[in-house]
Amino acid sequence: MADTLEKKEAEVTEGVEHTRAVKVYTPAVDIVEKAKEILVTADMPGVDDKSIDITLEKNVLTIYGKVDVDVPEKYRASYVEYGIGDYRRSFTLSNEIDREHIEATVKNGVLRLVLPKAEAAKTKKIEVRAA
Amino acid sequence: MLLSDLTGITRNVLAGGRHRYGYGAIQNRLQQMQDEMQRLFSSGVAERPAGEYPAINLWTNEEEVIVTAELPGVNAEDLDITVVGRTLTLKGTRKAEEVKEDECCHRTERRYGNFVRAIELPYEVEGEKVSAKLDKGVLSVTLPRAEADIPKKIKISSN
Repeated sequence: MADTLEKKEAEVTEGVEHTRAVKVYTPAVDIVEKAKEILVTADMPGVDDKSIDITLEKNVLTIYGKVDVDVPEKYRASYVEYGIGDYRRSFTLSNEIDREHIEATVKNGVLRLVLPKAEAAKTKKIEVRAA
Repeated sequence: MLLSDLTGITRNVLAGGRHRYGYGAIQNRLQQMQDEMQRLFSSGVAERPAGEYPAINLWTNEEEVIVTAELPGVNAEDLDITVVGRTLTLKGTRKAEEVKEDECCHRTERRYGNFVRAIELPYEVEGEKVSAKLDKGVLSVTLPRAEADIPKKIKISSN
């Protein structure tokens, strides 16, 4: 469970500037390792399949979710507990991922990334024979 | 925090510059601070987390209140919204994903389980006309103000 309930702002990467004047948050993620794949689940409310960018460069998988800050017109923000902004998070992948078959789906503001393990990395059962 | 940050940068620069921050970094930081200030003033209200789940934002005008909450992964059928008097209650469940025995969790930052949150509204609302929408994991509840509660404009007659 997360330490705080608050949304965490993403750190500004050295030498990289934002081109959009919005805050960038770090989404909360779950990472579960299964026998054949690694499942990454990220909470990104406000993001759908069209506004998410997933890039894989060298060993770094980056997810970036763009959120439209749609402020209701003719309303006054009288009480604000959470900020609205984009999401960004990067993960370093080990070589054991089958990069060609990474799958991503978004439902109800939750991103599900399935990273299949490469053939070589799948656990092999070693049989023990009685001598 | 911002100010101390800046003092730190300045001190480093004065001491010779070849420290933690380069010149570009100062510019970046200043730009960022400026953006933050602008945002703060344009929205008029600073964020104030309540430490309760879910966090909400409240938008009002004279006739309606809009309550928004981020509820990623919650299905509409697992969400219960009720209004009694001036209290709006959000009740729901975030289902946990099943983790089998041979699987291992590297990270579990997302929260699961039941949640209840009661919010006091600024005025009485028309319970019958409340509408709610759940889109991309963001809930938005629109509550029209009770007819009797809407401020009446009083005309001043002059002789």
